[in-house]
Amino acid sequence: MARIGVFVCHCGENISSTVDCAKVAEIASNYPGVVYSIDYKYMCSDPGQNLIKEAIQKHKLTGVVVAACSPRMHEPTFRKATAEAGLNPFLCEMANLREHCSWVHFREDSTTEKAAELVRVLVEKVKHNEELFPIKVPITKTALVIGGGIGGIQAALDIANSGHKVIMVEKNPSIGGKMAQLSETFPTLDCSQCILTPRMVEVAQHPNITLYTYAEIESVDGFIGNFKVTIRQKAKSVDHKACTGCGLCIEKCPIKKIPDEFNAGLGNRAAIYVPFPQAVPNKPVIDRNNCTYFLKGKCGLCKKVCPADAIHYEQEDELIKVDVGAIVAATGFDIKHSDFFPEYGYGKYADVIDGLQFERLASASGPTLGVLKRPSDGKEPESIVFIACAGSRDPAKGIPYCSKICCMYTAKHAMLFKHKNHHGKATVFYMDIRAGGKMYDEFVRRAIEEDDVNYIRGRVSRIYEKNGKLIVCGVDTLLNSRPVEIEADMVVLATAAIANSDSEELAQKLHISYDPYHFFSEAHPKLRPVETNTAGIMLAGACQAPKDIPDTVSQASGTAAKVVALFSQDELTREPLIAYVNNNTCVGCFLCQSVCPYLAIEKEEIRRRDGTLVKTVAKINPGLCQGCGTCVALCRSKSIDIHGYTNRQIYAEVSALFNRREYAGV
Amino acid sequence: MTKIGYFPGCSLNGTAKEYDLSLQAIARIADIELVELDDWNCCGATAAHSLNSTLAVALPARNLAIAEKMGLDEILVPCAACFSRLAQARYEIKSDEKYRTKIPQLIEMEIKGTANPITVLDFLNKYALDKIKDKLYNKLNAKFACYYGCLLTRPEHLSTIERREDPLVMEKIIYLSGGMPIDWAFKVECCGAGLSVVRTDIVGKLCAKILDDAQSRGADAIIVACPMCHSNLDMRRNEINKNLSTDNEIPVVYITQIIGLALGIDPKKLGFDKHFVPTDKFLHKLQKQTVEV
Amino acid sequence: MQEFEPKIVAFVCNWCTYAGADLAGTSRIKYATNVRIVRFPCTGRIDYMLILKAFQNGADGVIVSGCHPNDCHYTSGNFHARRRWIVFNELLELLGFDKRRLFFSWVSAAEGAKWANLVNEVVTEVRKLGPYTEYEKLSKINVNSIGELCNV
Repeated sequence: MARIGVFVCHCGENISSTVDCAKVAEIASNYPGVVYSIDYKYMCSDPGQNLIKEAIQKHKLTGVVVAACSPRMHEPTFRKATAEAGLNPFLCEMANLREHCSWVHFREDSTTEKAAELVRVLVEKVKHNEELFPIKVPITKTALVIGGGIGGIQAALDIANSGHKVIMVEKNPSIGGKMAQLSETFPTLDCSQCILTPRMVEVAQHPNITLYTYAEIESVDGFIGNFKVTIRQKAKSVDHKACTGCGLCIEKCPIKKIPDEFNAGLGNRAAIYVPFPQAVPNKPVIDRNNCTYFLKGKCGLCKKVCPADAIHYEQEDELIKVDVGAIVAATGFDIKHSDFFPEYGYGKYADVIDGLQFERLASASGPTLGVLKRPSDGKEPESIVFIACAGSRDPAKGIPYCSKICCMYTAKHAMLFKHKNHHGKATVFYMDIRAGGKMYDEFVRRAIEEDDVNYIRGRVSRIYEKNGKLIVCGVDTLLNSRPVEIEADMVVLATAAIANSDSEELAQKLHISYDPYHFFSEAHPKLRPVETNTAGIMLAGACQAPKDIPDTVSQASGTAAKVVALFSQDELTREPLIAYVNNNTCVGCFLCQSVCPYLAIEKEEIRRRDGTLVKTVAKINPGLCQGCGTCVALCRSKSIDIHGYTNRQIYAEVSALFNRREYAGV
Repeated sequence: MTKIGYFPGCSLNGTAKEYDLSLQAIARIADIELVELDDWNCCGATAAHSLNSTLAVALPARNLAIAEKMGLDEILVPCAACFSRLAQARYEIKSDEKYRTKIPQLIEMEIKGTANPITVLDFLNKYALDKIKDKLYNKLNAKFACYYGCLLTRPEHLSTIERREDPLVMEKIIYLSGGMPIDWAFKVECCGAGLSVVRTDIVGKLCAKILDDAQSRGADAIIVACPMCHSNLDMRRNEINKNLSTDNEIPVVYITQIIGLALGIDPKKLGFDKHFVPTDKFLHKLQKQTVEV
Repeated sequence: MQEFEPKIVAFVCNWCTYAGADLAGTSRIKYATNVRIVRFPCTGRIDYMLILKAFQNGADGVIVSGCHPNDCHYTSGNFHARRRWIVFNELLELLGFDKRRLFFSWVSAAEGAKWANLVNEVVTEVRKLGPYTEYEKLSKINVNSIGELCNV
């Protein structure tokens, strides 16, 4: 027999000013099953909580209804108090008398009436509450970091330095990502590689980090604390244990005219290559799509010259299975290339380049060793036009968002050019200058005021070639919208930052959501910016949205903190408000499986003792289920129910809503 | 015999007579019947939509309604400006409830938007090229700068052209007809359009750039598919040449005239004598170099 | 004559509309007292048979409200709710139900005012319709016809 206690809170005057709390307590005392009912000024205060605890023990309560504020506010408080009195915390429910009643209605009879009814609804519900116990899930204290750019590196180092194992997977032959390609970084103009490469080496040498380069994620199963990941180690064709990195093979490789990805297509590399001199690991891989041996079956020069006998043509892709407890996606971004812009020639002008190509031209380690030479004829440009927002903030191009980094790097590019060529003419076409950030606006002002960069507010409508010059036609919207034409030797497009082409595929493997532009979605844009909606999977860097280096590093450290917090416990405690299946009635239609957003529904075979199959039924994986209850509503045989919101509880609530009408003849 | 609706518009009955002549000549050879709309009216041109947006839809809509009544699914609209108006009217009627109810009342005709206006480029590409490719008579040994202007490539929702900022469809047609198209920078720049009458100075400036670029890249002629572009580039040549250091004498001809030449039709019958900028030198050069296929 | 006070039940999800109603409270936006909120984890959890149950218990109008499309805390629960809602509506039509008494809305956690307006509108609307006595007839017919069937 239920023994329910009702505790009506005045919340100072917040509730009692419009609701007659004493009367509510009095009415409630007459509800069937209620053995104790009282009102008090502040239920959440210490004496208030003690009131509840004492009543639970004295009246041997089997259920508690606290009629106070929103359960979103104080449910944990009162459940804790309940537990302290020895009653299962899930036997405590709250009636929302404040947010849903006293604050939104005037003082009148109907308000008190409503309050009493709300209490009755919860009394009926709590009669059907069951004892529930938090779910314990073991945690594998190893993190998987996908992507070896600055975001992945920072997250990996932070996690590894707090004593946990990290597995890093990078799809390219070297870690370093986009940052390794940059020449200098804003707003300090310090050399990008100088600050990045020590970090790369640290990753490679860290005892807690296992590094898989030239590898990709094949599949991800499992759930928070218990992911099972398969990594595809692409065949490097070089035994990195035997290889000494002497570079003889690269020197002798006859195929040397392959556009170099690291130099954004501005330089060439061999078919066996190390992407850049400071690469980690600094050992080559064979690009099988371009290697004569793999295309035609002969050559084999690298194998012949290798003093360590490290070349293994017969090597195959290898699938590596690892168990991890948390996953950090730090896969970075890509940029639109100049062939995306019809008005700028669909990429047919060699001297119309993108921002990354300019970085390589300006970089001391780039194809021109830091001398700015234009790609078409190697001439040093005297006049460069920089076009900001190339594609970004342009709904007609399908990219309505701001790419965030372009304003700053365009100012940087213009400055780098002016520093290399003091008499050169630098012109920037811009829409707005978005230089929010520490020392950022000052940096742009410096470009304009000290380095004499000509900033023109307006868009560029067309670029065409005439007599070996690029004619840039634009408009100056601050000068009476007058058309302007500038002759340039080179044009740099600050092209839009976009998601990686394979980011959608990866998101689907990870079961995380992504936005219309294929950037990964965070759990909450403000309050949970590093987690995804899938527990245990976090984000770092530009795979979530375009970001500069400081933001990426901050987010990476934030993500690492989340991972470390998760790993600080041996078992994961989760609220047990999840779905469960009644095996007796489940007919195994698995409609529930098709609606579960978390893939938490598995198939379970029920067998007799002799092993013969009785039937296959649905089984909820308690680690994955988040308790949305969509399967419950859908189940046609009513075989699934959900703790905390069971059919019995909800039907009891609905039945208690109003004074039941008496139907003649029913 | 293929039957296609034909809306010549005002220009092809007047200033652009040579466009009409050459187009009809090709159609005859290609065995395509161009069915002129009964009692068609002016599309409203630039004047209507600068005054009254409803009128700007109603005028071309009446022509669409006539075509529907005649049971025509496609209407060839050789004038790019007329095409733009007809296509826009069809777009408005299909997408805007307001016009869908109002326009039939105004024009006192039913209209569903089933008749689809097509440009001369669509017409050549889709219907004519296949039928005339065996009848090509001359190889056109000259360089052609194909000029699209605005109304064939803009606005986006009406244009049927791929690579709108750097289209290649006209080049393809010229190439298949035996000519040598050149790559140049001004193929979709504006010629000044409606300013032809009121601000010839602006037309002069804009067209000077177009002609200058075509000449500097060695074009023997500029090919157009729009009477408005033609009149600006051709009729305003004196005004244009004021902006240039040397007089530019490149002839401006319709794409249909060039195909007509390739088919071996007498230049007179194609209206080559109707241009302001003389075409004799160009024709002479072509004749000298022409090889019979 | 005293004005008819309709009884309204609102089935709402915990993450958006329940929180939106909380916000209406913290913003002290006043609305009619006629509504009773029942909390669900997600609109996807709402078994629409509960709507019939609510009417059987004397409700005159029912509101179902959750997160806006694409905002679902559980990614897609609200889409499933919407799909089932469409099908369920057809069924109610067949049963001769007065569908004017059913309301479906999206109210986010940031839309306290929208929630208050929704409640007020629904109350006004249902007040015009009067008490749902038709339901009693409906259920009576059903009971009798079932009875007749049993007798056969």
